[in-house]
Parts: sequence; C-alpha cells; structure tokens
Amino acid sequence: MQSYSALNLFRRGLGGHKSWTRAWRDPAPKSHYDVIIIGGGGHGLATAYYLAKVHGIKNVAVLERGWIGGGNTGRNTTIVRSNYRQPALHNLFEFSLKLWEGMSDDLNYNVMFSQRGALFLGHSDSDMIRLAERGDAMRCMGIDAELMSKAQLRKLIPLLDMSDEARFPVVGGLIQPRGGTARHDAVAWGYARAADALGVDVIQNCEVTGMDIRGGKIVGVKTTKGDIGADRVGICVAGNSGQVAAMADLRLPIESHLLQAFVSEPVKPMIDTVIMSQSIHCYISQSDKGEIVLGGDPDMYPTYSQRGRPDRIEEVAGQAIALIPALSRLRMLRSWAGTTDMSFDGSPIIGKTPVDELYLNGGWCYGGFKATPGSGWLYAHTLAKGEPHALNAPFRLDRFETGATIDETGAGPMPHHR
Amino acid sequence: MLLIHCPHCGPRAQAEFVFERPLESIIQIDEALPDLIPKLYSRVNPKGPSWELWRHTYGCQSWLKLHRDTHNHTIHAVLEIGQTPEGGDA
Repeated sequence: MQSYSALNLFRRGLGGHKSWTRAWRDPAPKSHYDVIIIGGGGHGLATAYYLAKVHGIKNVAVLERGWIGGGNTGRNTTIVRSNYRQPALHNLFEFSLKLWEGMSDDLNYNVMFSQRGALFLGHSDSDMIRLAERGDAMRCMGIDAELMSKAQLRKLIPLLDMSDEARFPVVGGLIQPRGGTARHDAVAWGYARAADALGVDVIQNCEVTGMDIRGGKIVGVKTTKGDIGADRVGICVAGNSGQVAAMADLRLPIESHLLQAFVSEPVKPMIDTVIMSQSIHCYISQSDKGEIVLGGDPDMYPTYSQRGRPDRIEEVAGQAIALIPALSRLRMLRSWAGTTDMSFDGSPIIGKTPVDELYLNGGWCYGGFKATPGSGWLYAHTLAKGEPHALNAPFRLDRFETGATIDETGAGPMPHHR
Repeated sequence: MLLIHCPHCGPRAQAEFVFERPLESIIQIDEALPDLIPKLYSRVNPKGPSWELWRHTYGCQSWLKLHRDTHNHTIHAVLEIGQTPEGGDA
C-alpha cells in the first residue's frame, strides 16, 4: 500500500502525481473464503478490516452490489455522537466514538473527523429535564456532556433565533463536545484501502442473489459473479436487510423507510457545531466545503425507491429556518434519500441468525454512520469468535421475541418514532 | 409524493394519509401468542407489490387498503375496509 503522507505528496508531486496507484485492487472472487461479508458499505468494510487486523482472518471477501461509497455510507448527514440515555446504546456508540478519534491515523486516510460538538436544543422546561437526565446518564458512564444555558448558546451560535417570539423558543441545550462530523465517503474508501492492504478481497459489482444453505447451515452464496463458498457469512446491508435475509427464509423486525438529506450552496463559516433538537426533528451542520447540511424525519412509509417526498423537504427547511433565520436566504443545492432499516425498537441488530454460520448486522435506523467503526469492530469479533462481544450481546436478533428490546424513545413495537 | 385516490374523497396528496402496517400484520383481538409476536415484530418488508393498511387521517379519517409497489411507487388499488379485490384475498 502506498503511504499517504505530506512527504509522499511532495515527492510524487515532483513527478506530476503520475505515480499514484489505485487505492485497492479489483480482484475476481475466489472459490472459497473463510468469511464472506455481504455489503461493501462502511460497516462491511470496517468489519473486514478488523477481521484481518485484530483477528488475523485475512481470507475474507466483501461483496458489494454497486460501488464502494455508493450506498448509505454516502447518503447520511455525517454526524458522529454517543449521547444516548440507555446504557446498551451509549456503550456501543461511545466505543465507536473512541475508534473515530484514532481512525485517520489507523487507516492512514484522512476521514476529516471534526469534533466540533453535537448539540441538542431544548425548547421547554420538560425538554431541559429530559436533556439533563440524558446528560446525567452519560456522565455516569464517563461520557462528556454539558448542559448549556441560553447565554452560552447565544455565544456558541450567534445566528440562532433566541427571541421569545421564535417558532421554537430556545431555553437551553445539551452538548457533547467530542461529537462532530466526518467525511462519509472517505470512511468507506479508507476502510476499503486498509482492508485490501491486509489481503481482503473487495469485490464490487457483485450482487448476492441467493444463499446455499444445507442442513440449516450456510456454506456459500450465489452471486452475479458465480457461486462462492464460505465457512461463515455476515449480512451487512442495512436498508436491504429484509431482502437479503429473505434469501435464507428469515423475516426480520425491520421495515425499509427513506431518510432524506439536503445541502445548500456553500457559504462562509456560519455554524461551527452540529445542531439537533430534543423536540423537533431537524439537524443542521456545515460541511468543510461550506454547504449547510440538513436532515429530518424519515418519510414514514415503507419504500425502497430512494426518492424522497417533497413535503418532508418543506418541513425540514421550515424548522431549520425557524431555528436559524439567516438560512432563509440560501438556495438548496441537492437533496437525496437513502433506504434505512427501521427496526422495531429503534436499535440495531448485531449477532447470530437462526441459520448456522449466518450472521446479521442491520437495523441501524437513522444511526448507522456514527457507529461505523464500532459496528465493524464488534461484528468482526462476533464473526471471528462465533459469539457476540459483551458490547453487542444486547443487540441480538431474538431480543424481540424474548421481550428484551432496547427502546430508547419508548415508542413500542413500531418502526422508530412512529 | 404519492397521489392516493381515496374512495370517499377522490385524489389527494400523500401528506393527508398515514401508513399503518401491512395487512398481514393486523392483530386480531383474540390473537394467539405464537401468532402475535411475529405480527408485532417481524415483516416480510417486500420490495415490490404490498397490501397495506393506511388511514386518510387528515381527510375523511377512513381506514383504507392499499395495494402498492414499494419499489416504483405504483398504486394498483385503494379499497375500503371490507372490500376485497377481484380474484385477490387481501
């Protein structure tokens, strides 16, 4: 693997940058692998990387239907945080956040992780009680959280509408200073390159079309590039988990919904933290290119179309402008939608399935991107040992039938927030 | 946004409607426990045609049965509760 460094940039610049080679190989699939990972998103690539790096399992293939970075990894709003209230969730996301902090060095790839703070606004006394409760739960576990007063918020985000007449009056907030954003496609590319360097085959344009299951045990997969044998197979295709699991006759506690995101034209720095809210569903940040990145509620009905409904754009834009009136002068540049796995308690699934040697990682709802390194690390552990790590043990598939759901919002047996 | 032809109100924007659940996941009041758990928690989640329960919440408030394609957004049928499609068993 060519090292990416300032020295190398300079040295190869002298040659007109013509000596750079491709970041990862384009291998043809072998006939058999120790582990096959279905899905070349951030989570699948991270899983392959940690399988090779931490567990020494290098005979691994990642099968990607499209191209690396073309799925949900490149469709999110790039927010990274671990400010959850329930222990199972904040343990998972805090573990992930710690991996984010060393990721660029570990991968020799700049993922532009920027810990600019992840702020939740409170709009009422009851919002502030819930934020304080969440902050207390986090601090008890050693996770950073600070309650913010109105005066502190005014200083942090001068453009926020702090007037009493505001549509969503701001009375305070809770910030996690170590939260922030990262460049999402760099995460996929960085993991693909690093996994490839350790011997993992990253195979693009290779769609899994069936599973070879004999006597309740998976022995391989059928793909558009031929049949491939495997000792162990990991599904990692959030958004399409139900489709892939159906190849093994499994029904999952998941509905596929759309989540949209929007970016404005680029402007000078105006928002230097990630803004979310306890009561309304709108998140606002500014990318390194200067674009204002917006996200909101999912589209609230099952669809795989990747085409969002326009009334959601109006709703999110309306909320964003109410919070920061200066945004009203911006033009929207692009909007897009990603298909997300909405699980029935709002929490992910990482663990075994009823089919021997077939494992599942999915059900990430809105929260997949921030979990990328932690999810990969824990899924790699699960695939290597055949047993879940203590951190992902609560996120097993059978928790729904045993009643051990992890329901952060208390929404009950419905896809999150319905 | 979908254009849904409500049998009572005519063509209306999707914004007036709320998706509830697939028809096969409707829970009967005397549902046996082995049937209840899968209906509460597991879904076929099809990519293609699907029979679903919707409600015209911000219109006439009627419950409706939609036959809808989850991939290309075609709506094949909108029926009142109690109506059954020709040749179908929804």
